[in-house]
Amino acid sequence: MLSNLGNLILFITIFISFSIIYFSIVNLKDEKSVLKKNIYQLCLIQCTLIILTFFILVSAFITSDFSLITVYQNSHTLKPLLYKISGTWGNHEGSLLLWLIILTIFSFLFLVYNSSHPKNYRLYTLITQNFLILGFLFFLIFNSNPFSLLSPTPKEGLGLNPILQDPALAIHPPLLYVGFVGSSIYFSAAISSMLTNYAGKPFAQSIKNWVLISWSFQTIGILAGSIWAYYELGWGGFWFWDPVENASLLPWFAMTALFHSIMVLEKRELFYFWVIILCIMTFILSVTGTFLVRSGILNSVHTFANDPSRGLYILLFLSFLIFSSIFILFRKFQVSNYKINSNSKETFVLINNWFMIFYLISVLIGTVYPIFTEVLTNHKVSVGPPFYNTVIIPLVVLFLIFMSIGPNIRWINNNNINLNLLLKIFFASILINYLIIYFFKSYSLLSNFIIISSIFLIISTFLDLYKSLNKRSFNLSRLTSHLAFGFMVFFIGLNHNFSFEKDFNLKLGEKKEFEDYTIEFENINLEEFKNYKSVIGKFNINNNSKDLNLVLSPEIRIYENPSTLTYEASIRSGLMKDYYITMSNIDRSEFYNIKFQKKPFMIWIWISVIFISLGGLMRLFKNEKKNY
Amino acid sequence: MKFKIFYILLIISFTNLNASQKIIDSNNIFKNIRCLICQGQSIADSNSDFAQTIKLVVNDKIKEGKTEKEIYEFLIEKYGEWIVYKPPFNFNNSLLWILPYLTFLFGGFLIFLLLKKRANR
Amino acid sequence: MKKRIIKTSITIFFLFITLVFLIGLNKSSIYDTKDLVGKQLKNIELDNFNENKILRESDLKKNDFLLINFWASWCGPCRREHPTLLKLNRINNLTILGVNFKDKKENAKKFLNELGNPYDILAKDELGKDSVYFGIYGIPESILVDKDLTVIKKFVGPISKNEFNYIVKTVEK
Repeated sequence: MLSNLGNLILFITIFISFSIIYFSIVNLKDEKSVLKKNIYQLCLIQCTLIILTFFILVSAFITSDFSLITVYQNSHTLKPLLYKISGTWGNHEGSLLLWLIILTIFSFLFLVYNSSHPKNYRLYTLITQNFLILGFLFFLIFNSNPFSLLSPTPKEGLGLNPILQDPALAIHPPLLYVGFVGSSIYFSAAISSMLTNYAGKPFAQSIKNWVLISWSFQTIGILAGSIWAYYELGWGGFWFWDPVENASLLPWFAMTALFHSIMVLEKRELFYFWVIILCIMTFILSVTGTFLVRSGILNSVHTFANDPSRGLYILLFLSFLIFSSIFILFRKFQVSNYKINSNSKETFVLINNWFMIFYLISVLIGTVYPIFTEVLTNHKVSVGPPFYNTVIIPLVVLFLIFMSIGPNIRWINNNNINLNLLLKIFFASILINYLIIYFFKSYSLLSNFIIISSIFLIISTFLDLYKSLNKRSFNLSRLTSHLAFGFMVFFIGLNHNFSFEKDFNLKLGEKKEFEDYTIEFENINLEEFKNYKSVIGKFNINNNSKDLNLVLSPEIRIYENPSTLTYEASIRSGLMKDYYITMSNIDRSEFYNIKFQKKPFMIWIWISVIFISLGGLMRLFKNEKKNY
Repeated sequence: MKFKIFYILLIISFTNLNASQKIIDSNNIFKNIRCLICQGQSIADSNSDFAQTIKLVVNDKIKEGKTEKEIYEFLIEKYGEWIVYKPPFNFNNSLLWILPYLTFLFGGFLIFLLLKKRANR
Repeated sequence: MKKRIIKTSITIFFLFITLVFLIGLNKSSIYDTKDLVGKQLKNIELDNFNENKILRESDLKKNDFLLINFWASWCGPCRREHPTLLKLNRINNLTILGVNFKDKKENAKKFLNELGNPYDILAKDELGKDSVYFGIYGIPESILVDKDLTVIKKFVGPISKNEFNYIVKTVEK
């Protein structure tokens, strides 16, 4: 019953989407500048219907309606309610509904919020967006339909992978989708802008808030994924440069470059075509990321279950997007004559973009290179963390320094950079770095540079903050994000250099001693929970020189549906450091493999990223206030 | 005077780093080796049979005095380039390592051209 | 004219990428070492299963062909593969070397008593370290080499019917 209802509503939505396109084209030809009321109504109906379809699927999951294949494959009656709900979008088919929700809601809201912009511009945006919506609707209904029926109805489902049953991972997709799926709207706006020749400052003002929203949510979405990886996956790290992680990072680089360039477009009417290219690039990277992740073309920890036809469809859709965009771009591109003073804010925005594109290309090449070598030379290579770290980190040093100088430069022309002040800050940074090494531990040359340049950024931004408290122009959003970025690099640098890890095998009752630590494997308990059994190890961790007495209880969880083993880390998070321990059994042996880690400043890394995103939201709020 | 202190501190802070560089860090090596039977895990993170065996062999090789590079070469010879996460810099992989920096230089060149236009006017 | 060149090259570039992705879709993302053939095995040192001696290259070059099979009593697929190995044992030109991998002697003996012993030579690798020198990453895994100990083919997983026929054909040439 639910299946029929769901499919029916989806078909109605296809019809509605076609009507929107039809009425928009008709309205385009209308000489009056009024957008017809029925178009608004149709858009509202469109997103209401999709939301309704989504809730139908959610209810199917909550009631464990196994007549739907998707529910059968991804749920189980014993699953906790929260994860029954989040299981709706934790699978390929359901997540496509989430795509459609964001596509349609953004479509409607953009239409409404852009009422002060030209009718034709809004209509072309709507038409383009609806082509995207139709593309996904067809994909959903004909290839990955969450309402496909299974007959006869099984009594029980296959269950959701237990490592996905985590609160951070439950909100991770919705957050990310507001991010990179949201970029669809400024993709459509960019196409429309080219078709209607609506450029310059008004165009920038039309899209800037949308870029900020998607960027802020993308930042938090990536954070949620990293937090999940840290707490749930049990290896103690939070970023592995896995293809799926990279797929979320690529649009982020483009978005960051974009909103900086939009500032220049708005203030100085420069870089119009570059902004257009970035808008198109962001969404295309989002779809490319989706392709890489869901087609099974890459080997990854996070792979969804694979079906080759999915990959084919997404690739066709992606090529259509790319070729139509470059076709329109070729037609409309005009070289502009710019006068840019090298000592101006515009230059520093260019520098930001330059670095963002470099990061983007590095991550993109690293991610897709294995595909190219395999197709062209039949030879498989792995590209992992060492590649990305080696290529990217050295340039982060330079980037941080530019970030410190740039914001203080005036628009158009800056008379002189206060070199004296910069040297003083640099001197202070080196001093602080030296103090860190002196009191704690020394680290590699590269780490020295990273710490120094991040401290440089932090001090410069604090000085900015202090100076601007006296002035009227108070750019709190930029100060927050830049400061938070500096802190994030600083804490990641310290965390990387001051973490330690000890990997050893231990039998029940044994003790391991190293440096000043004593780790005692006190006992093991078997406990039963609603949908799993748990082998809980009790470890006493002592360090006399640090006055440390800690009990940690890592687990080995045995799930039935599906039949899997997971290793749950026991983490004591503190303001200064986290203590992290995992326990895993060794086949055919009485020994357990124990990994004990000390990870400084983890919490501050998370907090820094939250503040980076917060800066974006603050700016959004300020922009909205200006409109009243 | 200020600059002298500045330079002294700079040099002192950098000379301290030598201590940690010379010892072979087995954990670093483990993090660079891929577990062939897992879905995207290094042997440092995996507790599979394969991971444990490789850890034993790598530890033996470290005791024999082999360098990090020699260990990777050994594993690549036995299992193919896929087993290491840092693609070795050879003819096939040169594009991978060079392209990002080429792009960076190209971007810098474009910006330089853009800024130079002002001087020409 | 310059514009034309730029536009065409950009279009060709994206076409190339799309094509590579298209072909890449059909390739499997699971890795195996089957392509690592053609190299010669050198400096072989394996522990003999029964006596306390070391097997070296000279002990293995008895016949024209040698099949090295890695197995263990605790390995399910090894059981399924066993009848195939027994059949292969009957071939004249082929020596079968069994390497007992990370196993207990008693369990291995029980296994062979129960299911039959297809191995002309039996070795053991209790810690699994020796198998790394052969490029083994899971069991059962087998390597077919010629009399100079050059790797002809690698079999990852139990030897299938097709693989069995391949071995028979190669050895009887």
